[in-house]
Amino acid sequence: MLDIHYFASIREALNKDHERVALPSGDNSVANLISQLQSGDPAFKALFSENNRVLVAVNQTVVDQSHRLSEGDEVAFFPPMTGG
Amino acid sequence: MISVQQEDFDVAEVYRQIRHSAGDAGAIVTFTGLVREIYDAEAGNSGGRVTGLFLEHYAGMTEKSLRAIVDQAAERWDLLAIRVVHRVGALAPGDQIVLVATASAHRGDAFSAAEFIMDYLKSRAPFWKKQTSTQATEWVEARETDAEALKRW
Repeated sequence: MLDIHYFASIREALNKDHERVALPSGDNSVANLISQLQSGDPAFKALFSENNRVLVAVNQTVVDQSHRLSEGDEVAFFPPMTGG
Repeated sequence: MISVQQEDFDVAEVYRQIRHSAGDAGAIVTFTGLVREIYDAEAGNSGGRVTGLFLEHYAGMTEKSLRAIVDQAAERWDLLAIRVVHRVGALAPGDQIVLVATASAHRGDAFSAAEFIMDYLKSRAPFWKKQTSTQATEWVEARETDAEALKRW
């Protein structure tokens, strides 16, 4: 399983802050996880189709979509950061 | 060294601590970021007069990211002490948001490191601002200028 967390505008758009999903079998890339989540939820699909920048972190480090996922990973989706 | 907290902080107290712990420092730089009341319309945000701000963060990753930024600064400059305090939760105009304090033998290192830490913290630590103004309640959009600011380092 993967622990998935959503933050800020993405959490609001999806109306959830957390869910657990199975690690995709076969292609275990972040890109494939995204396409699985997109096919299951039109709101998730919309996040990536509106010219939005969505960042992905795995185990609390920002990664690109070619990153390979492992069982038990903590994955997070969030918009560009606005701290300080 | 790094604190992420809801409570306000006392710059004088942090200064006293860093002065005490920095040994033979010749320079201490403290930077404080505040919530502004006048909010310029830009980057998809509506502008207006700010009445409140909420800072969301990714607990765990926040501390990890700040640690990585501070470690990079410590590698790059000769620093005797570094302190970062970042607030989260509900804030009002005029409130303190962030404090970066650096100590070094000579001022150049402390100035540069403080600016480096602030530039990185703005777009590499997982904080998100949601602002309520006279115009709207909306997520603050990331600024191009903040991403640009990293290139000089």
